Order: sequence, then C-alpha cells, then structure tokens
Amino acid sequence: MGAQLRLLRRRIKSVKSTAKITRAQELIASSRIVKAQQRMQAAVPYEREITRAVTGVVSNTSSVDHPLTVAKENPARAGVLIITSDSGFCGGFNANLLREAEALRGLLESRGIQVTPFVSGRKGVGWHAFRHREMGGQWVGFSRRPSYSDAKEIADALIESFKAEGGIDEIHIVSTEFVSMLTQNVVVNRILPLEVVETTEAPKDGPLPYFEFEPSAAAVLDSLLPRYVESRIFSALLQSAASEEASRRRAMKSATDNANELIRVFTQQMNQVRQAEITQEISEIVGGANALADAAAGKE
Amino acid sequence: MAKLQVGVVSPEREIWSGEADMVIAKTVEGEIGIMPNHAPVIGVLVEGGVLRVKRDGNADLVAAVHGGFISVAANEVSVLAEAAELGSEVDVAAAKDALQRAQAAIESSQDDADAQLEAKRNAARLRAAGEEV
Repeated sequence: MGAQLRLLRRRIKSVKSTAKITRAQELIASSRIVKAQQRMQAAVPYEREITRAVTGVVSNTSSVDHPLTVAKENPARAGVLIITSDSGFCGGFNANLLREAEALRGLLESRGIQVTPFVSGRKGVGWHAFRHREMGGQWVGFSRRPSYSDAKEIADALIESFKAEGGIDEIHIVSTEFVSMLTQNVVVNRILPLEVVETTEAPKDGPLPYFEFEPSAAAVLDSLLPRYVESRIFSALLQSAASEEASRRRAMKSATDNANELIRVFTQQMNQVRQAEITQEISEIVGGANALADAAAGKE
Repeated sequence: MAKLQVGVVSPEREIWSGEADMVIAKTVEGEIGIMPNHAPVIGVLVEGGVLRVKRDGNADLVAAVHGGFISVAANEVSVLAEAAELGSEVDVAAAKDALQRAQAAIESSQDDADAQLEAKRNAARLRAAGEEV
C-alpha cells in the first residue's frame, strides 16, 4: 500500500471520530433547547404580573421618588452586566456578546462615564481576567440552568452597589435574546434607574385602577422594585441559556456538515490514488509479460 | 355572584390558577380577606405566610407563600410569591425535620437570621399541609 493511501485513510478515520463527537453535541444541545424554552415559558406569568404591579404602583403614586427610579443628572459610573456562557463550543455566542459590551463601554466612556463590568459565565470572566479588567462582580456555574436564587444573588449585588454612596449610577444588561431556534440577538437594556414608562395610549382593559396599598405605597415600592429587577435579570439569564444552546446546536451542526464534506473529498482522493496504483501495477505486469514474450521470441 | 380569577405564581413556575370565592392572605399589616368586587389593592406578603383560597364545592386550596405580593384589581387576584408551595405538595417529614434543625440553630444562637427565616418558612409549609405547629 502506498504511503499516500495510508495517510488519507488515517485522516478519514480521525475526521470521522470528530464528526461523531460534534453530532452527539448537536443532539444534546437540541434536547436542551426544548427544556430551556420550557423554563422560559414557565417564568412568563410571574414576569407579566410583576410588570403589571409595578406599572400599577408607579401610575398611582403621582411623584415617584424612589432611589431605584431617580436618574442622576450627571451619571459618573455605570455597571454593565454581561451574561456569557460557561462552556464553549457555541459558535459566535460569546464573541458577539463581548463585542457588543465593548461597543457599549466605548459609548459610555465617550460620555465621560466610567464603566464597571459585572460578569456572569466562565467565558466572560476569563475574557476580562485575561485583559486585567477589574470586575465589579463575577458569577459562574449556572449559565446552562439558571435558578431564581442565582438571579437574586446578581440583583442583590447590583442593587447594593447602586445604592452605595459613590457606587454606580446606572446599570445596563448585555444579554442574548432568544427569538427563535434560528435567531438570537444581542440586546442591551438599561435596568436601573428604572424607566417609568408613561404610555400615552390607554391600556386595552381600560384605565389602571386606583390601588390601595398595604401597608403604604412607599413600602410596597420598596419591596416591589428589587423583585422587578430580579425578575428582569432572571428572564435575561433564561433567555441567554436558551440562546446558548441554540447557538451551540447551530455551531455543532455546521461542524458535522463540514466533517462529512471532508470525508467525502478524502474518500474521493483515496479512490483515485488506489485506482492509479492498480493501473500502474497492471501496466507494469503487462509490460513485464510483453518484455518476457519478446525475449522468448528473440531466442527462438 | 361574581367570581375571583386567582393566579398564584412564583418566578420559576405558575403554581395554581382558577376561580375562587374568597382569598385569604397574610400581609405585613395582618390578614386580608378578599371577596369579589374588592377594591384594587397591592399588599406586601409576610415571609412564611399561609394562603387560603375558598372555592364553592371544593376543599380549600392552601399554599405556603414566602414573601412577595398580592395584587387585586377588577376581580383578578394575583399572588406573586418569591417561593410558594401547595399544601398537598409539601413533604411533611422533610419540613418537620428542617423546622427542628432551624429551631435547634436558633436556640444555640439567638440572632441567627437565616435559621429564623428557615423556621418560619417550614412552619408555614407544615401549616399549609394541615399539620399542627
């Protein structure tokens, strides 16, 4: 067997085993997307209700004057929460996020705002540590399956540093929004200070009722707003988890496709080489036989 | 008579939703009973409270609700709990165990806030399950 033939056989074998791995990863990711989507769906009722409650409280108290809703006139520091993944093999997922985060950082710095990153997910933490960027907080280990207590932990840290004297004045989230299996977008949202949305059009189910508060509007607002922030962060974490799996599935699918294409090309090359060898052998045998026949004819 | 549309939700899932005649919850101000055509209200719920939903013809629905809010508007009652559990879902043995451990922790150090919270929560879980605490 020729050396070239052996080389090709070895490469085909190695590409085949890679394809097996990426194919398995693709299947795992597909099944996880479904679960991640279910968790996203399960969190929707709470988010909807809490948004309604916040709107209710805010529209009732004519002058909302709560530390979490009041924007400072000259913000000097901003916190940016970047939600990345813990593991790789998910295509451009983290690269896109971090690029967007850098763009936001540039934008804020051009306005004279100092940026402190808060990072969730091993990949983002590694990225910042490598560049010796100081982080306001870091959380790892739950990017695939975030629980509400994880969101609470992040929210507590953010709110604390928001309330602290000389702390951050605004908080942005850079995360990935899950639109569909095929589309995920990087989105940037400002979560604090809360933007009190004053809609001019009347809500569908008539004007908002005039609420009474137990014990008082201020106390309700006090405990409602942190919950609202937690719920926003939780929903961002869930969407990111689903997006991560979707993006992993896509990356692994194209890796498997590429591997199969390579195997096809190599197999073709291998067949060509083998055929060339056989043809050469035949012509050598025929040539040799002819030479022998000629020699025998010459003797007679 | 008008009915209440009740939804009990926690951040991770919807616990229960359906029609009811009366909802009793415990806010930081005290117990609040809500019947149809109640005025709109938003209340802060206590840590380790028991929610009771009275329904026609059915047994009361009882749930342990930890923190969160109750909001009432136009005969719609939403209970937004940080964590909640239906009485029928409570693992009684586990809750008793946890309660005892928490009480032991409180006895050893009076100002153990975590243990006190834990004790309150488990007491509520047991009450929701129909046990005497």
